Amino acid sequence: MSAPLLQIRDLAVTFAGQGRNHLQAVCGVDLDVEKGQLHGVVGESGSGKSVTMMAVMGLLSPSACVTGSVRLDGEELIGKSERAMRRIRGARIGYIFQDPMTALNPLLTVGEQISEAIRLHERKITRRSANERAVDLLRLVAIPIPERRALQYPHEFSGGMRQRAVIAMAMANEPSLLIADEPTTALDVTIQAQIMELLERLRADKGVGLVLVTHDLGVVAGAASAVSIMYSGRVVEQGHVDDVFAFPRHPYTRGLLASLPQLDHPTARLVAIPGAPPPIAMRPSGCAFHPRCPLAIERCRIEVPALRAIGASMSACHRAEDLRPLGPTTNEATHAGA
Amino acid sequence: MLAYIARRLIAMPLLLLGVITVAFLLSHFTSADPLTSIIGERQMNNPAVVEAARARWGLDRSLPEQYLVYLKNLLTGDFGTSFRTRQPVAQDLLVRLPATLELVIAAMIVGTVFGVALGVIAARFQNRTPDNLARLFALFGSSVPVFWSGLVVLFIFSVQLGWLPGPGRIGSRMSAPELVTGFYTIDTLVAGDWAGFRSALAQLVLPASVLGWTVTGIVSRMVRASMLDVLGQEYILAARAKGAGQLRILFHHALRNAMLPTLTILGFSFAYLITGAILTETIFSWPGIGSYAVSAARGLDHPAIIGVTIVGGAAFLITNLLTDIAYALVDPRVKIGARATA
Repeated sequence: MSAPLLQIRDLAVTFAGQGRNHLQAVCGVDLDVEKGQLHGVVGESGSGKSVTMMAVMGLLSPSACVTGSVRLDGEELIGKSERAMRRIRGARIGYIFQDPMTALNPLLTVGEQISEAIRLHERKITRRSANERAVDLLRLVAIPIPERRALQYPHEFSGGMRQRAVIAMAMANEPSLLIADEPTTALDVTIQAQIMELLERLRADKGVGLVLVTHDLGVVAGAASAVSIMYSGRVVEQGHVDDVFAFPRHPYTRGLLASLPQLDHPTARLVAIPGAPPPIAMRPSGCAFHPRCPLAIERCRIEVPALRAIGASMSACHRAEDLRPLGPTTNEATHAGA
Repeated sequence: MLAYIARRLIAMPLLLLGVITVAFLLSHFTSADPLTSIIGERQMNNPAVVEAARARWGLDRSLPEQYLVYLKNLLTGDFGTSFRTRQPVAQDLLVRLPATLELVIAAMIVGTVFGVALGVIAARFQNRTPDNLARLFALFGSSVPVFWSGLVVLFIFSVQLGWLPGPGRIGSRMSAPELVTGFYTIDTLVAGDWAGFRSALAQLVLPASVLGWTVTGIVSRMVRASMLDVLGQEYILAARAKGAGQLRILFHHALRNAMLPTLTILGFSFAYLITGAILTETIFSWPGIGSYAVSAARGLDHPAIIGVTIVGGAAFLITNLLTDIAYALVDPRVKIGARATA
């Protein structure tokens, strides 16, 4: 098998704090995305998922120290110059931001912003043909009357339409990798489904590898093939969506699944994970999840669990072997309630 | 938008009427008798001369009567006759306003160019050496008094180095160009007088720089603050994610947005300088509105004082309108004249 489209190995991001007080936002992240694959990255806010993606783009502030390896089509990105990264951003990796309300420049027309993305990477293209391609891109993301829409400003677009425009902008140079950072979080539920459908269509039709960063397991369940669960800067579980959902190998994943509403058990109470994710400055020793973990033992407080293969997926839990598969329609919440 | 501009233009005379009324009342409630400056202190003891002068200048009539007469004359463009120059105030203003406008526009160009440049540099190198230098420069600009900085630059560049001419609007061996616009730099060009143009331009450099420095101070601070605000926005990150380089980010994406709040400052500075360039005009012997206002005030020259006040008020009203129009042109979200729907 050829090298994956995106290969992240042992990625760590440390922010220089005051004095020797460095903050490690991301640690030891391994993640592969194959061509045409949708890889979901799930975690609560502060789990390091966005920082990881920003590190891939080389868009972290200079105060961030990034180590490890990020390979795009086998080409190492960490340590590349800003100039070299500029040729990759927008051309080979497209980035979709969380809030389409703020991701578009209010003073430039939507068409201008899309054609800018093209012109930044194709120096020889004329303004006119860049504009024509911008209209084509708006059509690709199913914006009605794209010729007129291209001349409008972001404030004349609805939220869902703006997100489509942002996606069109990310797709402008037909990148092989698309990173979508919570693309549906800021949108209405019905619009969310439309945007997911659009991303899914782009993945299937254009064969782009898609990283979908989200805190919503439900979004991943329907669309992704692979999933990485992040907690406090580390990947705690990774595998195929079906495997992970059928038999989560990490107590955190089980907690997330238990907190999902289920249509076939409408009366079951949702079970929240007790406590809150720790701020990175106060990360607990050992497994960062141990203070909230029902299975925590002494070892969890001392030793950081490594991500290791167990069953069909990967888990970073000392007690992964003690976990049982979830029933086909039940989860631990209903067990606990029974 | 045209309807909106028309509405604003119609409202303008009404606002000016308010300005005129206040100026009229204030100048008439000063305790000093303007007759002193008209006929001289010695003649004040001569009742016949005093009576004659009162009748001649209409000061024997009641205040409301004087006010109405003044307004009536104003409608025909008659601002009254200056007590001091014995010339129509309108004519005095017409000669002096272009001089001030020429100086202030030049100063605004200097202030805007340097202010924006320093602001952008300061924001780009936030809290680093260039930022601190820009801050220092801005601080000096807004806190060093013009009567001091004016004299210093005159001493250095004119007296010591001899690079630039001393005070005045045009070289002492040149004659003023024929009046077309009243802007010497333009009128000399119209007349095809290259030597005159160079001289007028050289004369403009020092006063415009000194006056522009004060503007540079405010503008650079304003640009810096709004640039920092804009650079933190997500669309800047989005532009970087598209592969845009630093210069493009700074000027194409950030500066445009940062200029919006700066427009207000620019408009305000311009209007303020029309009557606020007094010190600069005095030091550089610039025959503008500011120096005219000072001599009018010292000479209890009521018609001239009110005339200057009207010009100053009109400057603010017009600049505010221009600022609003500029906003609508730069920011597509601003729909000028559109009624807010609740």
